[in-house]
Amino acid sequence: MAGFDKVVSSYEEAMAGLKDNMTVIAGGFGLCGIPENLIREIQRKGTKGLTLVSNNCGVDDFGLGILLPNRQIKKIIASYVGENAEFERQMMNGELEVELTPQGTLAEKMRAGGAGIPAFFTATGYGTPVAEGKEEREFDGRHYILEPAIKGDFAIVKAWKADRYGNLVFRKTARNFNPMAATAGKITVVEVEEIVEPGELDPDHIHTPGIYVNRLILGTFEKRIEQRTVRSDSE
Amino acid sequence: MALTREQLAQRVAQELQDGYYVNLGIGIPTLVANYIPEGIEVMLQSENGLLGMGQFPTEAEIDADLINAGKQTVTMAKGASIFDSAQSFAMIRGGHVDLTVLGAFEVDINGNIASYMIPGKLIKGMGGAMDLVAGADNIIVTMTHASKHGVSKLLSNCTLPLTGKGCIKRVLTDLAFIEIKNGKFYLLERAPGVSVAEIISLTEGELVVEGDVPEMQL
Repeated sequence: MAGFDKVVSSYEEAMAGLKDNMTVIAGGFGLCGIPENLIREIQRKGTKGLTLVSNNCGVDDFGLGILLPNRQIKKIIASYVGENAEFERQMMNGELEVELTPQGTLAEKMRAGGAGIPAFFTATGYGTPVAEGKEEREFDGRHYILEPAIKGDFAIVKAWKADRYGNLVFRKTARNFNPMAATAGKITVVEVEEIVEPGELDPDHIHTPGIYVNRLILGTFEKRIEQRTVRSDSE
Repeated sequence: MALTREQLAQRVAQELQDGYYVNLGIGIPTLVANYIPEGIEVMLQSENGLLGMGQFPTEAEIDADLINAGKQTVTMAKGASIFDSAQSFAMIRGGHVDLTVLGAFEVDINGNIASYMIPGKLIKGMGGAMDLVAGADNIIVTMTHASKHGVSKLLSNCTLPLTGKGCIKRVLTDLAFIEIKNGKFYLLERAPGVSVAEIISLTEGELVVEGDVPEMQL
C-alpha cells in the first residue's frame, strides 16, 4: 500500500487486526450485496464474541449464518432474523443475544455513526418494545425516541466496482446498507468485483468516496439468491 | 363470503391514485400490484432501495443484485431509481410515500398495530414495518378479521407487542372495510354477502355502524 492505494492482495490481510469481542458492521440485505468472502475469512479466523450489526443474519450455510455453528457471534443487532434454524436455536437457548432494531433506524444508526452524530430522534418505535429505556421527547405534538448511533471496530462492505483509491460504485439493490456501513467502521474493508485505476471512474458516479475505505480487495462472488421468483416468458 | 386474498388486493387497488408512490408489504399487499387500475401510473417503493419496482423477471432476466424487500428477484420499471437504505427510510419517515399497505396480527380502536412478534413463538423482527407505520400518514392494513377459531383481531387493546402506536386509520379485512377514529371502529363497507351482524360478532373493539353499510364493489 502506498499513498491512497487501498488494495490488499489477500483476505487474511484484509481482515488483519480483527480480534475477539469486537463490533463488526456488515452491509447487505438478505443475501443481496453481502461481503460473502470477508465473512468467510472471519469464519476461517475463528474470531469469537463478536457483536454483529447487519440487517439480517444470512442463512444456515451462507452469509453471516456461517459464523453461528462455531458460536462466533455473541450479539446481533438486526431488523429481521430467523431465516436459519441454528440462529433460532441459539436465540431460544439464550446463547445468542438479539437486539431487534427497525430497519430505517438501523440504517440511520450506521449513517449517524459515520457522520459524527451521536444520537437522533425518530418517531419509529415510539410506544413499542423498541422504545423501552430510551429518552422520549415531543416535537410539534409528535412523540419521538432517542436512538444512539452505531460505530464498528470493523465495517465489511461489498461494492460492485472501485478504483484503487477506494472510491466505490454499487450495483442495483446490492447497494442497500453498504454505503452507511462503509462510513461507520474504524477500519472499513471493501470487497469488489472489479478494480480500476484512479481516474477511470466518473467522479459524479461515485457512491462512496474513498476517504471512508481503508482496505480494498478483489473477490469472486457466488451471489446466492434467496427467493428466486420468475414470471413465464409469455406473460 | 369472506374476501379471498386476491379480492383483498383488488379492493386495496381501488384506493390507488394516479401519480402515487406506494409501498406494499409482504403477502397480500404484494398482490395489489396485479390490480393497478388501467390509465393510472403508480410507482412502487421497495424499502431495500428501489423506487419503480417492475414485475418478476423472466429466467433470462434474473439478477442476484436486484431484489425486493421480500428478497424476491424483481425487475425495474421505466423511470426507476436505486438508493441506499438510509435514503429509502428518509422517504418513508419523511412522509414522501403516498400510500403504505401492510399486514398485521391485530389492530385496535386507538389505531395501534401489532404485526411483528408473537412472544415465545415468532420472533423474526420488524424489518421496515415500524418505520413504515411511524412515517406514513396514509396506511391501509390488510388482514383477516378473526382467527380460524373465530377470535377477533380487531380489538379494544392489542395484546401482542406493538409495531406502532396510534398510527392506523384504515383496515381492510376479509369481511369489512373499517375506519378508525375517535377511539372507535367505523364500518365503511362489508364484503359481498357478509352481514353486518357477522362483522359485529367478530369485532371485539367498539364498532360503530351508521345507516345501511354498502357492499364492496369488486
